[in-house]
Amino acid sequence: MSNLIRGLMLATAGLTGFAARAADTMENAYWNLPKGVTDISNEVWHLHMAAFWVCVAIAVVVFGVMFYSIFAHRRSKHPVPATFHHSTTVEIIWTIIPFVILIGLAVPAAGTLIKQYDSRNSDLTIKITGYQWKWQYEYVGEGVSFFSTLDAKSNEARQLGSGIDPKTVPHYLHNVDNYLVLPVGKKVRFLLTSNDVIHGWWVPDLAIKKDAIPGFINDMWTQINEPGIYRGQCTVLCGRDHGFMPVVVEAKTEAEYAAWLAKMKGGETVAAAAPAIATDAAVDAPAAAEPVVAEPAAPEAAPVEVAAAAPAAAPAAAGPNGEKVYLGNCAACHQATGAGLPPTFPALTGSKVVAGPAAGVITQVLKGKNAMPPFAQLSDAEIAAAVTYVRNNLGNKVGDTVTADQVKKLR
Amino acid sequence: MAKTHDHSHAHGHDHAHDHDDHHHGPDKGVMRWIKTTNHKDLGTLYLWFSFIMFFIGGLMSLVIRAELYAPGMQFIDPEFYNQMITLHALVMIFGGVMPGFVGLANWMVPMMIGCSDLALPRVNNWGFWILPFAFTMLLSTLFLPGGGPAGGWTLYPPLVLQGGASFPLTIFAIHMLGISSITGAINVVVTIMNMRAPGMTLLKMPLFVWTWLITAYLLIAVMPVLAGAVTMLLTDKYFGTSFFNAAGGGDPVMFEHIFWFFGHPEVYIMILPAFGIVSTIIPTFARKQLFGYDSMVYAVASIAFLSFIVWAHHMFTVGIPLAGELFFMFSTMLIAVPTGVKVFNWLATMWRGSMTFETPMLFAIGFVFLFTIGGFSGIMLALAPVDFQYHNSYFVVAHFHYVLVPGAIFSIIAAIYYWIPKWTGVMYDERLGKIHFWLSAIFINVTFFPQHFVGLAGMPRRIPDYAVQFTDFNVISTWGAFLYFIAQFIMIYNFLRCAIWRKGMVPATSQVWEGAHGLEWTVPSPAPYHTFEDPPHVGDEPAAAH
Amino acid sequence: MATHAAASDPSNRRYFVPAPSAWPFMLTVALGTILYSVSMYLEERHPGPIPFVLGGALFFYIVFTWFRGVATESETGQYSAQVDRTYRLGMSWFIFSEVMFFAAFFGALYYARELSVPWLSGEGSRVLTNEVLWPAFENIWPTNGPAAIGGDFKTISPWHLPLINTLLLLTSSVTITFAHHALKEGHRRATILWMWATIALGAVFLYFQASEYIEAYHELNLTLNSGIYGSTFFMLTGFHGMHVTLGTIMMISVTGRLMSGHFKPESHFGFEGVAWYWHFVDVVWVGLFIFVYIL
Ligand code: HEA
Ligand code: HEA
Ligand code: HEC
Ligand code: CUA
Ligand SMILES: [Cu+2]
Repeated sequence: MSNLIRGLMLATAGLTGFAARAADTMENAYWNLPKGVTDISNEVWHLHMAAFWVCVAIAVVVFGVMFYSIFAHRRSKHPVPATFHHSTTVEIIWTIIPFVILIGLAVPAAGTLIKQYDSRNSDLTIKITGYQWKWQYEYVGEGVSFFSTLDAKSNEARQLGSGIDPKTVPHYLHNVDNYLVLPVGKKVRFLLTSNDVIHGWWVPDLAIKKDAIPGFINDMWTQINEPGIYRGQCTVLCGRDHGFMPVVVEAKTEAEYAAWLAKMKGGETVAAAAPAIATDAAVDAPAAAEPVVAEPAAPEAAPVEVAAAAPAAAPAAAGPNGEKVYLGNCAACHQATGAGLPPTFPALTGSKVVAGPAAGVITQVLKGKNAMPPFAQLSDAEIAAAVTYVRNNLGNKVGDTVTADQVKKLR
Repeated sequence: MAKTHDHSHAHGHDHAHDHDDHHHGPDKGVMRWIKTTNHKDLGTLYLWFSFIMFFIGGLMSLVIRAELYAPGMQFIDPEFYNQMITLHALVMIFGGVMPGFVGLANWMVPMMIGCSDLALPRVNNWGFWILPFAFTMLLSTLFLPGGGPAGGWTLYPPLVLQGGASFPLTIFAIHMLGISSITGAINVVVTIMNMRAPGMTLLKMPLFVWTWLITAYLLIAVMPVLAGAVTMLLTDKYFGTSFFNAAGGGDPVMFEHIFWFFGHPEVYIMILPAFGIVSTIIPTFARKQLFGYDSMVYAVASIAFLSFIVWAHHMFTVGIPLAGELFFMFSTMLIAVPTGVKVFNWLATMWRGSMTFETPMLFAIGFVFLFTIGGFSGIMLALAPVDFQYHNSYFVVAHFHYVLVPGAIFSIIAAIYYWIPKWTGVMYDERLGKIHFWLSAIFINVTFFPQHFVGLAGMPRRIPDYAVQFTDFNVISTWGAFLYFIAQFIMIYNFLRCAIWRKGMVPATSQVWEGAHGLEWTVPSPAPYHTFEDPPHVGDEPAAAH
Repeated sequence: MATHAAASDPSNRRYFVPAPSAWPFMLTVALGTILYSVSMYLEERHPGPIPFVLGGALFFYIVFTWFRGVATESETGQYSAQVDRTYRLGMSWFIFSEVMFFAAFFGALYYARELSVPWLSGEGSRVLTNEVLWPAFENIWPTNGPAAIGGDFKTISPWHLPLINTLLLLTSSVTITFAHHALKEGHRRATILWMWATIALGAVFLYFQASEYIEAYHELNLTLNSGIYGSTFFMLTGFHGMHVTLGTIMMISVTGRLMSGHFKPESHFGFEGVAWYWHFVDVVWVGLFIFVYIL
């Protein structure tokens, strides 16, 4: 017996030693949680490893006993079973020990959690709005705002039967047209909400993940220590293209960040797949608040800070290009050709609704219907352009021109 | 079988006065199955149904795994992928695991407590026959324009409200499943409270009966809540209510609270009967009484109680206030304590026993080993600050498949190997059983272990396509899934031999397993159509011997 | 087939085992037909009224037959004390499941009043939700939410019809108890009279409830669309009303049985089950009166 126990102990020690050596390589392997680039992500990583090793230790003991018993107490070796079936003492012991272990895990976890919840004293605030299926970032108080959508290459490669090998696409599905640019060393607070359904914003290297809930604001914060590009994606099932709405954060040094911001404010629009509503916060921001079926609450009065700081850069005289608006917003479902993806996403080519009264089409775009999200975030002019485009292209020939005023009336 | 008399039609329901009604066999043909009120018939029906559903759900999981075999969309549309995961989960949970356990309860509870049938046999028939109708409704959505439900099995609004024709059918199917579960649960509770043979005191009941009693309470408490939640979804979509719409003063997150108030107890509904099965099988093959019978019962009761106050651990990232977050983190972690007691008691039962390793025992040991691994990842998930990283990643998928597949499903398989000789009167093929176990145990790990890694590396769940760095583990996982699925055909063959192609199979004795205790082993194999029309007397030996 | 020999002696049999029955299957057919046609209707696929009507008719027919069958079994003395306990336990747990169903809606009401509406108006940790998304929204109950869904509405004062309804239901709880006592003492006529009194109270309650709804829709602009207030108000009172209707129908059938001589002073679970159900409906109403109307 004592031999066996010694053997067991030796085995355990051996295992632990092996584990310790393996640990170093394992802990940093790409298939472990990343340590990340913030203080919090480091803490979280240590908690994760602590919990992991606790589980490993318990597993070694529990499974050790189990396999020893399987080996030593099989009938051919141990023909006469013992008869004990009760012992209050051991039961109390094995109730208390796990309890103590759990307290050991709970205390540091609570500490980290409290820090994660403390978003006070931030240096800058960014409002993130989820859309089916893209993100909008607004630099609150800076008047900078843009959409961030899956990059064109990935988007092409991910189509069924595209014939493009994803391995040849850089950062396949983890790349966007416009990065969220952040300064390092600054405490950044995020305000999260959604325009349609629930989305989730996650960047593993920052160890932050939160749900974007329509009609509510969630907040979270981060402070990045190293410049770099950090990638993640939407984590709450949000419909057909849930798998295709990545999050990419680029952390720049303060000076670079300031330069970038200045350039953005310079009125230069971001080359967005979603057409340039870039600095036009006054137009689009409040609408973001509008959940599925809502009448707009009091959109005009909305986000004070944003609106105030936004240079009222009205769309250029020529007006937005209908085709561009269509490709940026509608083609994801109705396809660039207008053929749609029936049965869920109807074809616009030859659609009775499209050919019907303009008001019907405008309302559908403004309010959405079933799986079609509302597009109230687009400006009147953009919707007018898109509807005109749809009614006169993609194989349709209505022949009228929808005006921004018509849209405005139907809002 | 008495073929001579068949007078059930003529006599209607007053045949109970019939003097020779012990000859009264079942009806013939399909009508037997449609009209049956016999717990064994219904148990059989439930098990067949569950088996078919496992198969359908398994095929769906293969569609999922095939799509995930390589980055890039392989062969299905993303929308269809979402329908597959939603239906896979609903079919497995409501069609596979729950009816599987109810089928076992139907067969075994009356035999274990020494009574003739469940307390409410006609209600029992109703509870079963709802299922095929409900699932026809649910699965028929796949053939409607727009396809099946695609919002995930958790049905979160507003996404789920975007569904088309599948939406009301899904909701009503869930209502029907709720009726089925509630009637089934009431039946079990009443049977156990009211129909025990004389001398069968509560603390002499086999653990399978105990765990089912507590499971039934959970079902009665939470299924109506789910019914309420989906009703609110229905009215939000069609009748203009604003439960889950902030513009009207509601909150989409409110649905999550109500759903998980049901959903968390639901996951224990899927594991408590499994605990009961394992607590029955291990003592038999260790030839040793179950260690710590009383504390096993208390542990199950505490798990059930705790399951009502931990639901928001599924919602750590929705932005609940700090105090709530802490409360739910602590209460969740507490569940490890009673569950630990169970694991340790199983080990203590094996300890210094005299073990043999027939197929049921192998699956039971496999259960203890792999369920515990699933429990460990559960405890990691319970740590809220770290769950921010794990949440909705494949780490979670790995966690719950470890507790569900080698947990719930292994236990169902173990139970069938264990009791099928009693049901059919013939022994299954032990050699095939062992092969089935080893293949299952290996491939289940091949399938789900890599999902831990890919989750930690950052792959979210519910996506049809992924970034290329996740490829390797997904390839392994897909291989595992296909091989696991194929391995199940060994079991299917084995069981069909027992149930249908019985030629050449070895007849089973009434005792079947030398180490087994309990009333079910006192009747012949196969068990007669009506058992214990006279209650047996249960002696004073502690039933902990079971 | 193998059987215990003793089972052949009916005096010896301990258990009531009903014969095979097609009722449950048919009930499911009916239920499935109803739900399928309602689904199609909701999705504007216009299945026409026929499947719905057929399903409904079959449903009521089976329910009626099933209950009549049970009543016959009971009256012909096939039920032992054990079966009686079975029904008692079964009914209690069924009522418990109903309690949990209402709990979901009461929970929604609680959530709206204590959490979501305060959050939308900026209380607690959610200041920003209000500031950024719903400025000017204040936490006052009743509310139809920050977007004022459904437009301005007025609420029903608890001290008119609802108060009367409360008194009606409370009284009906008393009258059904009188009926029960009378039955136990063997005064059948009195039992029947008290039962009709109870049914009348239930019916008047339903009438008032209906006129309250009509007033709400036509004069107060309080509808299912009136934001979270309208939602919780109508869903809670509506499901309660459905249960009152069901309870009243059950009481009518029990009274019919009483009038045709069913039930004995010492054994009458069919009656008691209905009485329990009625008390449950009553208790739910008191909850509604307090949490929906007054508070
Ligand atoms: C049978 C089903 C089942 C069971 C039994 C469990 C058991 C547990 N689960 Fe799991 N869970 C699911 C099914 C189940 N779960 C499902 C389906 C989901 C996902 C749903 C969805 O989103 O779709 C989920 C998700 C889930 C989450 C949410 C993750 C997320 O979405 O972010 C969490 C978080 O806390 C969690 C925790 C736990 C815990 C703590 C246990 C505990 O009960 C485990 C306790 C067991 C042990 C710990 C092992 C044995 C104990 C010892 C040997 C004693 C010593 C141990 C210690 C001291 C650690 N589960
Ligand atoms: C009990 C529940 C259960 C079971 C058994 C399974 C079994 C399997 N599951 Fe599933 N799964 C879920 C519950 C379950 N799953 C849930 C709840 C989700 C979340 C859905 C969502 O996100 O909404 C999910 C999601 C899910 C995903 C993630 C999808 C995504 O997020 O994108 C994947 C991916 O690999 C997967 C794979 C598998 C595989 C390969 C199996 C294989 O094990 C399948 C092989 C199994 C069989 C073939 C059955 C064998 C058993 C028998 C035949 C029993 C015999 C019985 C009798 C004789 C009575 N499942
Ligand atoms: C998220 C996917 C999605 C996007 C993006 C989308 N739609 Fe749709 N669209 C749908 C769906 C789904 C329907 C069908 C709705 C229904 O009837 O259930 C639809 C229907 C329509 C119809 C009516 C067609 C018919 O015959 O019923 C029009 C017109 C339309 N969309 C225009 C647009 C325009 C313009 C845009 C861009 C501004 C757009 N859609 C963006 C999903 C989308
Ligand atoms: Cu957005 Cu998932
Ligand atoms: Cu849970």
